[in-house]
Amino acid sequence: MKILFDRLFAGKHGARNLLVLGLILLVILPLSLDIFRLNLVGKYLTYAFVGVGLVLLWGKAGVLSLGQGVFFGLGGYCMAMFLKLEASDPISTKIQSTPGIPDFMDWNQLKALPSFWVPFHSFPFASAAVFVVPALLAFFIGLAMFKRRVGGVYFAVITQAIALIISLAIDGNQGLTGGRNGITDLRTLLGHDIRSQHAQYVLYFTTCVLLIGVILLLQWMLSGKMGKILLAMRDREDRVRFSGYDVSAYKIFIFSLAAALSGLGGALFVVQVGFISPSLVGIVPSIEMVIFTAVGGKLSLYGAVYGALLVNTGKSLFSENFPQLWLFMMGGLFIAVVVLFPNGIAGIWQNLTEKFSGWSAARRKAPVAVATEVIAPVALETETSKTP
Amino acid sequence: MGQYTASELWSITAMQSFAGFSLFSVLLLMALGLAIIFGQMGVVNLAHGEFMALGAYTVYLCSQLAHTYAPALVPIYFLVAIVAAFLASALAGLFVEWSLIRFLYKRPLDTLLATWGLSLIMQQLFRTIFGAREVTPTLPDWLMGSFKPSESIDIPINGVFVMALTLALTGGVWLFMYRSRLGLRMRATVQNRSMSGAVGINTRWVDRMTFSLGCGIAGVAGAAFTTIGSTGPDSGSRYIVDTFLVVVFGGTASLAGTIASAFGIAQAQSIFEFFLEGTMGKVAVLLTIVIILMIRPKGLFANKVRS
Repeated sequence: MKILFDRLFAGKHGARNLLVLGLILLVILPLSLDIFRLNLVGKYLTYAFVGVGLVLLWGKAGVLSLGQGVFFGLGGYCMAMFLKLEASDPISTKIQSTPGIPDFMDWNQLKALPSFWVPFHSFPFASAAVFVVPALLAFFIGLAMFKRRVGGVYFAVITQAIALIISLAIDGNQGLTGGRNGITDLRTLLGHDIRSQHAQYVLYFTTCVLLIGVILLLQWMLSGKMGKILLAMRDREDRVRFSGYDVSAYKIFIFSLAAALSGLGGALFVVQVGFISPSLVGIVPSIEMVIFTAVGGKLSLYGAVYGALLVNTGKSLFSENFPQLWLFMMGGLFIAVVVLFPNGIAGIWQNLTEKFSGWSAARRKAPVAVATEVIAPVALETETSKTP
Repeated sequence: MGQYTASELWSITAMQSFAGFSLFSVLLLMALGLAIIFGQMGVVNLAHGEFMALGAYTVYLCSQLAHTYAPALVPIYFLVAIVAAFLASALAGLFVEWSLIRFLYKRPLDTLLATWGLSLIMQQLFRTIFGAREVTPTLPDWLMGSFKPSESIDIPINGVFVMALTLALTGGVWLFMYRSRLGLRMRATVQNRSMSGAVGINTRWVDRMTFSLGCGIAGVAGAAFTTIGSTGPDSGSRYIVDTFLVVVFGGTASLAGTIASAFGIAQAQSIFEFFLEGTMGKVAVLLTIVIILMIRPKGLFANKVRS
């Protein structure tokens, strides 16, 4: 029982973090915000799914992907295709020249539903695709790159190019994907109106519960052997490889897992916001998601959630009131986080708590600042990180 | 392709390959600076496009100045403006290196993130100073017009000018890197930093000069850019991914590789763009590059030196 508790909540500290997050998301915010603002928070939380994926991938495994927006977008598109088909049944689209296909296809003179759209009539298929499509793409990218030991900057540049390719491809095929406008005018999910207030409350709580579930799952995974190997890999990849571990297999797994989580976030985004477009897929959203994670703290799962909430709240406040200042703020924030606070809010928070609770001085001097919920750095890493 | 006659196809090929040459010049101009900063120093400078825009805006300022204060100088201001663009971007690069990059040399992924932040700030600066609208400097008359070697072929002079500038700059960079003292020190520092320090090279100073030079070259690229298109706050960021692909595809530490890959990418892109619909041509080219990079991650001309 104690072991389960330790692994799932990462000990007493982790349980406290979970409690705080749960209180904020499930009690304080719903009680203090109106449904419009709460829906916005729900939207930001869907980015947090990408954020926790990036914590795994970038913070723990040391692989920075600048293409997470692609996976978010693919998950979103899978869900949007299902919703769009549900919204364009033959009766409500009878004024079109071809009833029963989505409106943008009709505008582009398509006469029949393209074959890859057909399976998205089925809800089970679409919900599976939300995870499987991004994960498969990530799997093949990972297979091609990690097996050849491509990493670091190259991986970042190539994933960024993939983000550009996919957003251009979606943008350029207006008849198949809705083009630049994306897939809009989504109304119902299995017959329930997704735009009603009641539905928005339900979707908000679903998002929160799923997010907390994902965090617990990852916590459990990271507290085991996987977490230790990831950290070791990040800090001394060769040594892990020489010890007989298949480094690329771990990286491929983590990359695919992060992609699947991003896909889930994208699908939740679509049901809450009611549309998806290529502007959520390309380079800029992908980098912005890295920013949320960096601000929250790339080592902390909880930090990623707070990062997504804070940066987006800041973004909407600032771009409403001082649109001129927003980019300065965002750019400055990013430079500050990278140069001054490499472990983000979670790192600052941890430094503060350590100072006050008077932990041992040795712990404070550990080379890698350990984020709030994290396992202690592996012996392997502290011992080898000094050798250049 | 059935609807074209043989001579029309020939003209199309000629003009598209000329368009390809223009794009080649632009890509190469942008990639030259990045090949130094990213290829040699390993700094992922995502603000590279903004240094280019800075050069373009400098030319715009010079043209405004020439028009207001010295209309007689309008025909030759452009040559001065190119030098001014180089200096402006190089100075900005010097400042950025001193204030930001030098703290991040050991963390390449962090330079990527920090320079992204920098690019946001620079874009907003351009927007605040010059406005969100795109601007075009008034070009001297000798840059306008076109050659007509045959009835159906039309070759614009500004394109030829950009190509000539590209050739000159590429030659200059080559001479600098392989024939000058600073170039020698730069390559030495890249190959073995501690050894270079031991033989008395001030590696920090070399870093600063290298970064500043790369930014200056970006500024010249921006100046060349004003002759073929207008400049907006985000015109630099539009090309940044392409530029990185050019450098990575060519093999990072190789000047010849950068030239070859810029050439290949530009030609492929302009031919694809003619026969496929606009964006899909680009998608096809980028996809090809990414697939080749997955098969050959070190690029076309891999550097065999041990790191």
